[in-house]
Parts: sequence; C-alpha cells; structure tokens
Amino acid sequence: MIRLKTPLGEEVRELNVGDVVYLTGTVVTMRDAGHRRAAELFARGESLPVDLRGLALYHAGPVVRRAGEGWEVVVIGPTTSTRMEIYEAEVIERTGVRMIIGKGGMGARTAEACRKHGAVYAVYPGGAAALQAEQVVRVLGVHWLDLGVPDAMWVLEVKDLGPLTVAIDSKGRNLYEEIYREARRRIDEEIYPRLGIK
Amino acid sequence: MEVKETLREALVKLIEAAATSLPRDVEEALVRAYEIESSPAAKSFLKAMVENVKIARKKKLPICQDTGVVLFYVKVGDKFPFTGALLSSLREATVEATRRVPLRPNTIDVFSGKNPGDNTGRNMPWAEWEVVEGEEAEVTVMLKGGGSEVVGRAKTLVPAEGIKGIMKYVIEAIYEAGPQPCPPVIVGVGIGPTVSVAMKLASKALLRPVGQRHEDPEVAKLEETLLRAINDIGYGAHGMGGKVTAFDVHIDYAARHPASLSVAVVLGCWATRRASMRIKKDGKVEYTSHPELNEV
Repeated sequence: MIRLKTPLGEEVRELNVGDVVYLTGTVVTMRDAGHRRAAELFARGESLPVDLRGLALYHAGPVVRRAGEGWEVVVIGPTTSTRMEIYEAEVIERTGVRMIIGKGGMGARTAEACRKHGAVYAVYPGGAAALQAEQVVRVLGVHWLDLGVPDAMWVLEVKDLGPLTVAIDSKGRNLYEEIYREARRRIDEEIYPRLGIK
Repeated sequence: MEVKETLREALVKLIEAAATSLPRDVEEALVRAYEIESSPAAKSFLKAMVENVKIARKKKLPICQDTGVVLFYVKVGDKFPFTGALLSSLREATVEATRRVPLRPNTIDVFSGKNPGDNTGRNMPWAEWEVVEGEEAEVTVMLKGGGSEVVGRAKTLVPAEGIKGIMKYVIEAIYEAGPQPCPPVIVGVGIGPTVSVAMKLASKALLRPVGQRHEDPEVAKLEETLLRAINDIGYGAHGMGGKVTAFDVHIDYAARHPASLSVAVVLGCWATRRASMRIKKDGKVEYTSHPELNEV
C-alpha cells in the first residue's frame, strides 16, 4: 500500500499498474458537462477556475447538502470514465494534473498523455459511496454550479482516499487492456474447449 | 391510521431498506468473495466494499450514490383486500422515499429531457403485477443502477444453437461488459419463445437469493457450469483481475416456439439492492428480507 499527498510531482512516474494507493490532499471533481466546459475554455485560450497542477481530478458526481454557509458531502463515488476519454488527454496536457480517478478504465489517448506528462489513471471501487464519504474531510469550494450538483466542479479535501488501484501508469501499461486480453485468451483457449463450444 | 397510509409508510421503509441495507444473501456472497480472493487489488477493493456496506447500514446512507430506478415486483392474492390502496401507494412512496432517504433523482423524460426530481415519470416507478391464489400480497422493490443495466441484452437464437448457443451468448455478454456492471455481478438469464418473455424471466431471476439453485436439476447444473465459466474469465471485483466475477447465475425459462430460442441476460451489480415485504389480509406488514425492521 502506497500513501501519497498532493501536490503530486515526479514520484507519480514510479507508480505501477496494480499498485494500491491512498491519497491525501486536494481532489477536484469533473464529469461529463464539466469536461465539455473545460474543452470550451481551452479552445478560447482560457484556464480552469482551479489550478489542477499536482492535484487529482475525479470523475464523480456527489450527493451533497448545505451545511451552514458551505456544503457537506452525503455520499460520493466514481462514474464510468470512458465517457471522458475524448477530453482527458488535453486536460492532462494543459493543466499538469497528475492523477485521474474514476472507474472502468480509459483508452489509448489518455494512456499516451499519462506517459508523456507523468500522470496516472486510478480506479476507486464503484458503489462504495458511504465509505468514501468518510474519506472526504470537507468541501473546499465549488464552481460551475449552473451545471447542476452532479456535474459541478467540487473541490474536496480528502484524507486517505482509497483504495485506489493504478490502472494506467506513466510507463505505458494499461491494466484493463491486459485483463481484457487475458480474458479473451482464457475464453477461447480454456473455457470454450472445456464446454465444447466453438 | 388508514390502511393506505400504513402501506405507503411501509413502502417508504422498504425502499429505504433497499437503498441502505444490502440483503443478507448478497452481503454474505460479498464477504465470501473477499475471503477467497487472492489478487491484492481485487481483495483491497472487496474489503472496501464490505466496509462500505457496514457504514451504509449503520448510518442509513445509500450504499451507492447511484440509487437507481425504482422497480416493484408485486404478487397479489386473488382475495387480497387492498389492491387499490397498494396500486396508488407505489408512486407516492417513491416520491416520499426520494425526499427522505434521500435517493438521487434519476428519472429523466425521454423526450423533454426533464427530471421531475422525485424518481417518477411516465410508467415510473415501474411495477410488475402477478396474481396468485390467496389473501396476502408480497412486494419486492429493486433499485436498479445504470452501470449494470447498460450491458443487459437479448437475442433470439436458432434452436439448432441449443444450450451451447445460450452458454456462449451469456459468456460473451459478460466478456463484453467487462468492469462496467461493477462485478462481482449476479447474472440473470431468461430463456423462452420470445425476447420479451426471456427478458422478463431474466429480470426476475435477479430476485432469487444468491446461492439458491433452480428447482429443476438440469437447470441447476447449467447455472453451476456457467458460474464456473464466468469466474474463470478472471475479471474479479471491478475488473481488477481475480477469482470472483459473479456471485451467482440464476436461470429461468419458459417453453419455446419450434422456430425460436430466445435468450436474455440481465446483470445485477455487486450491490444488488432489493427488499421484500408481505402484506396480510388485515393490512399488517411483515418485512421478509430485512426482518430487523419488524422489531421497531
């Protein structure tokens, strides 16, 4: 088990696919509509309301409630990352974000951006929303609330956020691609012959 | 209190139980998966999932932030006296539970794109009614998340493809679903004369407790064969690589047409959330899946 703290730097390049990581510090949420808006801002040469350099970006839409002047996270969990694939390489390149967190894996363009800029993609167990709410210390701020609560950009202070498993490292490996390939091999070479299926 | 109010209140409690307290059979399967898993990443995930279930139950928080869409499965006795009250309570209880638990408002109108914010909409909450002999009614609620549903599928095979064709269809469905449905999954398989019959049976197969085999020994054997094959694929929890990709496989079937062999696959995520209660002829309620609710 590896413990990391933001701001993250070059130590991220030492992580390997399969490593289990716990993260303390600042994570920023951005999902479907947030990524679309980020792409529009980049196209106009503008930057995001939060400097993501050295931070973690999280594909999540929390359930929140008002707590005095601020906000409190009721539950939070990852959403499927592949929907953000078309945007993520540019986000990594433009912002210097070092860790992307989500679930379900990401594609070749994100993997290439991770390799080039020393970032990783890590996954959190989907559905473990009550546990994760306990790992959020507080809500530091929120932007883009006009996109609705799930799609807004939530800036969260977290303590030992995890278990996060590194699914894409900076060395060119992609865990899900490897697992898919191995699954296909097992089906074709072991399972189907055993069951007499062609 | 009038029977209708009692029923509505009981249904709100039932929905809350489904959202926040994993049924015992699913939780036991999860704990067992954690115990037998040897891949470190999958094991650490399973540990977190087990812990999550405990926290959710203790704090009455939703197990998953995707509290799904509300599906009711109702078995009503032909002599049950409160069918009308039950019918009108389902929607009201859904609205109230959305506010109280809270559930994430997930229903979106297909054409206007509007979300009414209370988990209702055209034909939602969904309810399937079955009439049986007797004086009582039985209600099961299932909260079905989006991730496991996007990989559901059905197809009519040529009868010559036979049981092997069905096995292949199921295995390929699991392969293509990958980590998306949040494995370990419960696999519901329906077989029958039409895709709609097969799909209906597959959906209902998810209601059967994990570990319970089909009453027909041949079907039971097929369930075991498929479970072993699916776990041999090696996806493990959340596709991290590991031993347990599915908690169980539940198959049900209807007699087919000479020309068709329809098959359907519906997956329940690791947090398959369902709760059941029985309504007596005097309007009193007994929770069957979550008996701890009866003591309060």
